[in-house]
Amino acid sequence: MARNISQSRRWGFTILAWGAALVIFFPILWTILTSFKTEADAIASPPKFLFFDWTVENYAEVQSRSPYFRHFMNSVIISVGSTLLGLVLAIPAAWSMAFQPGRRTKDLLMWMLSTKMMPAAGVLIPMYLMFRSFGLLDSRLGITVVLMLINLPIIVWMLYTYFREIPSEILEAARMDGASLRNEILHVLTPMAVPGIASTLLLNVILAWNEAFWTLNLTTSKAAPLTTFIASYSSPEGLFYAKLSAASTMAIAPILILGWFSQKQLVRGLTFGAVK
Amino acid sequence: MGSITLEQVCKSFGEVEVIPGVDLQIEDGEFVVFVGPSGCGKSTLLRLIAGLEDVTSGRIVIDGQDVTVAPPSRRKLAMVFQSYALYPHMSVRKNIAFPLKMAGLSADEQERRVQHAAGILNLTDYLDRRPGQLSGGQRQRVAIGRAIVREPSAFLFDEPLSNLDAALRVNMRVEISELHKKLATTMIYVTHDQVEAMTMADKIVVLRAGRIEQVGSPLELYRRPANRFVAGFIGSPNMNFLEGEAAARLGAHAIGVRPEHFRLSMSEGAFAGRVGVAEHLGSDTFLHVDLDDGTHVVARAEGEFPASHGDRIHLTPQDGRLYRFDQNGSAL
Repeated sequence: MARNISQSRRWGFTILAWGAALVIFFPILWTILTSFKTEADAIASPPKFLFFDWTVENYAEVQSRSPYFRHFMNSVIISVGSTLLGLVLAIPAAWSMAFQPGRRTKDLLMWMLSTKMMPAAGVLIPMYLMFRSFGLLDSRLGITVVLMLINLPIIVWMLYTYFREIPSEILEAARMDGASLRNEILHVLTPMAVPGIASTLLLNVILAWNEAFWTLNLTTSKAAPLTTFIASYSSPEGLFYAKLSAASTMAIAPILILGWFSQKQLVRGLTFGAVK
Repeated sequence: MGSITLEQVCKSFGEVEVIPGVDLQIEDGEFVVFVGPSGCGKSTLLRLIAGLEDVTSGRIVIDGQDVTVAPPSRRKLAMVFQSYALYPHMSVRKNIAFPLKMAGLSADEQERRVQHAAGILNLTDYLDRRPGQLSGGQRQRVAIGRAIVREPSAFLFDEPLSNLDAALRVNMRVEISELHKKLATTMIYVTHDQVEAMTMADKIVVLRAGRIEQVGSPLELYRRPANRFVAGFIGSPNMNFLEGEAAARLGAHAIGVRPEHFRLSMSEGAFAGRVGVAEHLGSDTFLHVDLDDGTHVVARAEGEFPASHGDRIHLTPQDGRLYRFDQNGSAL
């Protein structure tokens, strides 16, 4: 049903929405602007918004001081790797919870989600010690597994929600048609859940890309992703705002572009099944 | 070959016993219809035969082989679902070929069988479409196509026509019956519609609350219902039941007369009453009559019968067409 909204209220809401969007976007905008300032302009008071000496020196400086490409590749490997590994584990798990639920399935799902509420700092020490014992500190494998474990509850939950939308009769039909469990998941369930799996993949790549707590604590150089790369420009003296901003801009640019192109897919996936 | 034997098959969901223990013999090539009101366990029984549900106890034997614990794929059965259950991401061709692909047949053999099935079911022009681009009747045919390419030992149909409109339902009913004649393969068909049961079945199994009330050919059930439930369920419109004095006079707790077994008269007869609604269909006339003792009955007259709302009318059961039932509902 269409609502009657007066012209002035419509304008009011539009301005409010733009205002809210600007507040959310402002830190990113400010980071990008700062990355083109000299260090002096970056800490000038009052702050300079657009009228300053534009320079790309920071980018050149950052490039020469640390291997951006290596960090970038680490970020790609860790975020994509942890997500793919998570999907391989989560698809069968979500299948069993959605189509063969037991009496405790709901409890299990809640418990999985509750692990996300646990403060990460609480397990930092045991995790660190375990990593040290297994020689996994600063290794891509180690950090990939940790990020996979951290995001696994979200992956399972998202897939579970999508799978529940798929009529179980179709899977039964596959069983009657002689499909083994593997074929049923591979040829029937997965293709039907592609939109859901795609948005799960996207969201988790973004989450893993942005994850800072574990990457900062468990990697130093060899396996260090872009988060560590940014952190290396923050110093107690705080005199490198412009270089820090340049590093940040380079770190978030890939994921920003990915998010921009997959907006539709993300929104569709996140609201999948909300309206039949 | 497709004979199916159920021996003391029981099914419980937790504490709830859905099927308390069913014995049934289905012969090779038979068209068997499971019929009963919703919740009577007919679909569950079909799913037990298919292997989509595990039996709690009892034995299922197909072609002499005990398949009680075999997975669905090992039972050589094909099933057509109420919702068609087509694979929405595959073309009609791939849908029909899916069981063949799973069986590991060569691409040539798959294509040959798909073409053959499509020919039988008039689907040749639609092979490259997706299920979403088909009408309900076409989707149903694809589902049947997917079932027949496997050349199964028996077909299972779970209320396959209930999502179709009335006209299409009649057509598909005939098509499925013709298919059975052509293939001569065992078919088990679940429906709550007794007209489908009567028109299609070689053998009807009437179920209530998970128990078999009666097994027999359509006309056996029509002529000699074992109890009041079967008598009331088989035949359309339903059988009329009269209790009290009229039944007591015949030494029964209740008597039953089918609407088509009343002789109608405007002047005299065994029971008198007033016409509530008169339905004139041309070929038949259905009269809803409130008898003087308060019982509501339906009577059918062949052709056009000149009675309308408010008329007084007399009804007499035809000779030998009256059923008597005891206190427990069993036929006397």
